[in-house]
Amino acid sequence: MRYLPLTPTDRQAMLATIGARAIDDLFRDVPEGARLSAPLDLPDHQGELEVEREMAALAAKNVAAGAAASFIGSGAYRHHVPAAVDHIIQRGEFLTSYTPYQPEISQGTLQYLFEFQTQVAMLTGMEVANASMYDGATACAEAVLMARRITRRAKVVISGNLHSHWRDAVATATRYTDSKLDVGAPAANGGEVLESHIDSDTACVVVQNPDAFGRLRDVSGLAERCHAAGALLVVAVTEVVSLGAIKSPGEMGADIVVCEGQSIGNGLNFGGPYLGLFATRERFVRQMPGRLCGETVDADGRRGFVLTLSTREQHIRREKATSNICTNSGLCALAFTVHMALLGSEGLKRLARLNHYKATMLADRLSKVPGVKVLNDTFFNEFTVALPKPAAAVVETLAAKKIFAGVPATRLWPEARGLDNMLVVAVTETSHKEEMVTYCEALTEAVR
Amino acid sequence: MSTNPPAAPSAVPSTFTGNKALQIEEPLLFEQDSPGRTGVDIPDPPPFQHRLGGLARVTPLGLPGLSEPQVIRHFTRLSQKNYAIDAGIFPLGSCTMKHNPRLNEKVARLPGFADIHPLQPVSTVQGALELMDTLAHWLKTLTGLPAIALAPAAGAHGEFCGMATIRAAHAAAGQNRMRVLVPESAHGTNPATAAALGYHVEAIPANERGRVDVAALKAKLGPDVAAIMVTNPNTCGLFEDEIVAIAEATHAAGAYFYCDGANFNAIVGKVRPADLGIDVMHMNLHKTFSTPHGGGGPGSGPVALAAALAPFAPLPWVVHGDKGFNLIETATGEASRSIGRMKAFHGQMGMFVRALTYMLSHGRDGLKQVAEDAVLNANYLLARLKGELSPAFPGICMHEALFDDRFLDGTGVSTLDFAKAMIDEGFHPTTIYFPLVVHGAMLMEPTETESKASLDQFADALLSLARRAKSNGEPFHSAPTMSPRRRLDETRAARTPVLRWRPSAPKQAAE
Repeated sequence: MRYLPLTPTDRQAMLATIGARAIDDLFRDVPEGARLSAPLDLPDHQGELEVEREMAALAAKNVAAGAAASFIGSGAYRHHVPAAVDHIIQRGEFLTSYTPYQPEISQGTLQYLFEFQTQVAMLTGMEVANASMYDGATACAEAVLMARRITRRAKVVISGNLHSHWRDAVATATRYTDSKLDVGAPAANGGEVLESHIDSDTACVVVQNPDAFGRLRDVSGLAERCHAAGALLVVAVTEVVSLGAIKSPGEMGADIVVCEGQSIGNGLNFGGPYLGLFATRERFVRQMPGRLCGETVDADGRRGFVLTLSTREQHIRREKATSNICTNSGLCALAFTVHMALLGSEGLKRLARLNHYKATMLADRLSKVPGVKVLNDTFFNEFTVALPKPAAAVVETLAAKKIFAGVPATRLWPEARGLDNMLVVAVTETSHKEEMVTYCEALTEAVR
Repeated sequence: MSTNPPAAPSAVPSTFTGNKALQIEEPLLFEQDSPGRTGVDIPDPPPFQHRLGGLARVTPLGLPGLSEPQVIRHFTRLSQKNYAIDAGIFPLGSCTMKHNPRLNEKVARLPGFADIHPLQPVSTVQGALELMDTLAHWLKTLTGLPAIALAPAAGAHGEFCGMATIRAAHAAAGQNRMRVLVPESAHGTNPATAAALGYHVEAIPANERGRVDVAALKAKLGPDVAAIMVTNPNTCGLFEDEIVAIAEATHAAGAYFYCDGANFNAIVGKVRPADLGIDVMHMNLHKTFSTPHGGGGPGSGPVALAAALAPFAPLPWVVHGDKGFNLIETATGEASRSIGRMKAFHGQMGMFVRALTYMLSHGRDGLKQVAEDAVLNANYLLARLKGELSPAFPGICMHEALFDDRFLDGTGVSTLDFAKAMIDEGFHPTTIYFPLVVHGAMLMEPTETESKASLDQFADALLSLARRAKSNGEPFHSAPTMSPRRRLDETRAARTPVLRWRPSAPKQAAE
């Protein structure tokens, strides 16, 4: 077995040192009746060639997004990841290191976490950010719990245009707390009013921007109403590239910002691993969940970094911790940090501008397809179209032609009414003009 | 640990640059900014009418501009300040730092896995769903439990999943049980998880053999207990040898037996948790099945569930349909009792690919050998060290060896000092001060991927350190002296938190 260094001779010598006759002497605390006596019904070990062949055969049963014309977004976006990113995250010093609990020999990880936290704070327009959560949806759930701790209030107002999976992750995380969720219905045409739901028991309002239908939303007024009522505003961002083109949530008065960070540095990976970005105001830092990296000095007075404020965390506070999170998305955060370092302000602005431009191109083309209407007056790189027939069937028809037309709104909100014909369409810098032409032609035919 | 004794001045000579040969000082990205520079070439689109309404960004982002060579050099230099399994033994108890096979990395990057969108039509992702189904089949076979929830993103997320199914099952049965019993030696995530589900957490004391005190457990069991959460093998590196009695007493009280499977690597392929009376157990794919720890994540925490808990498994479910595999994404039909969705999408697919590759490589015979060699290596370290260090408990251990600080009595050297001295010897320290039930604990888990020569080198170094500590403890207080940084002032970091870089005042004014 290529991964196991011990030889039979080693094992005998080691057993002799231990004073055991056979390996099972070391398993003597396992109740005899429970020990497996027959081999399990699983295959035996295989060589690298055989395993690679078997796994490649499984991979070949999928249609990679890059092998199709893909216009799917809705919380995960196909962006170009520079080659340098994957090179860095495959360095063994990053890939095979642990959580930096021994800072003297983990400064590499700690420094990039400090840089990551800074990038996230800058991008979101907030004061501080943590060292990542599992994904945007779990970060959103943690934001709600944090708002409840800060305000000691129970009611949580959730926009109907929050990605339904994020809404559901919040519901699952709060199911066994005394939270009162006030969840709106999806409003594909916009016009949702949240202000009237805020009362003296409201802990926070959760609103997505751009929303799950792609529409941009100025939440400044909402932030003011929240603050006047003693509630917090949580802004959710599923497409973090948008922050290169639009006003940051921090500028609009958000108290907590949670984002899916996958778009920067991370591939689609069928939904994970991704990384949750979590940013807030400095005054709330001791109520934050997750790891935080901070600057300090070493015994020689040199700048260095450590994990800090860990009295919030489970390994110190146990049942009184702000969250049970331990492992986070470290390596995905590194991918984000490297990609963002390559982009810089200039690169991110250009990337965002190109995404937006290509989305306007497709929106204009789709609006010329007979029977198809673009619903959005505003959008970044994702928008919603109303088709003359149910979107789910159209998506299937086009998928057979290797065109991923978008996400039928009914897949995200199967329980909602009036969304049957709605399709959420995303465009990134990876979308070619030719793919857009093919898409529009196929759609014209499919809705005829 | 936050108290750092003042360290003696460094014995290492200083240089003009502050560099020490291969150890190169590296400023922050933000300190290397040249405004307008970028490490990507992205074309500028022609002029067009934007659709951003009134929300176009006008304020500067403030992100630094660097070229690709600068970025590569920056992160390469940072990487060289990290210890890693690739570089040496990483004996962190309860963390399972084993070799990460590179085939797993290669396979995870196949476009058929890495470049598929979670919301693609299911007809285009049949291979991905088959992979999830196959992984679940392996995990079912290895645990003996009939259902697997793949959604959880890490161990603690898996704990939430498992305990939520317990809470849902009791509620469905009309039972109001609000107490959860957790051993004192448990990982902090266990009580934190139970509390997040609204449970009242009570500690079960350990007996003098480092195991659950069964009499104390029985005294605490009652009609209001929802579950016990027990790690097995436990965090002292010991198998709970009275586990059958524990399970029987728990079930007799109408409670469920949650097992923290963080240490499954010690028994995988040797014993099935279901045969021990366990009802639900999460597994850390980043421990037992060797997906890389990546400096703190990502992990993956699938949960094995007994039949009584399976109906409450989180969304989505992978099921067999008429046209192949299908995804159930809403709590309707057969999934109507699900606890719901735990994260945005289906689970940590990238980790599933790596874990299944690992399983196929090892097979049933290799996985059994993994457990045996992990336990053999830990016992070998225990045997080599017990003359100079003080084992916390007599007898054998499972996959990790636990020592207390009695061997340092009277030396003035603390567990922390001893651990820091390991750094100068070129090793990552063991886990220290955990589990909490042992004074000055040092928990060492070598894993099965260390050779005998590596273990001997580590043991020889620790024996030497122990002898030195006993003869002259003084140098230990200032260790480490040769690492990229010496001891860091954690008190200062916590008292006046600096959690991000900020532009200095003059530069800000210039913007």
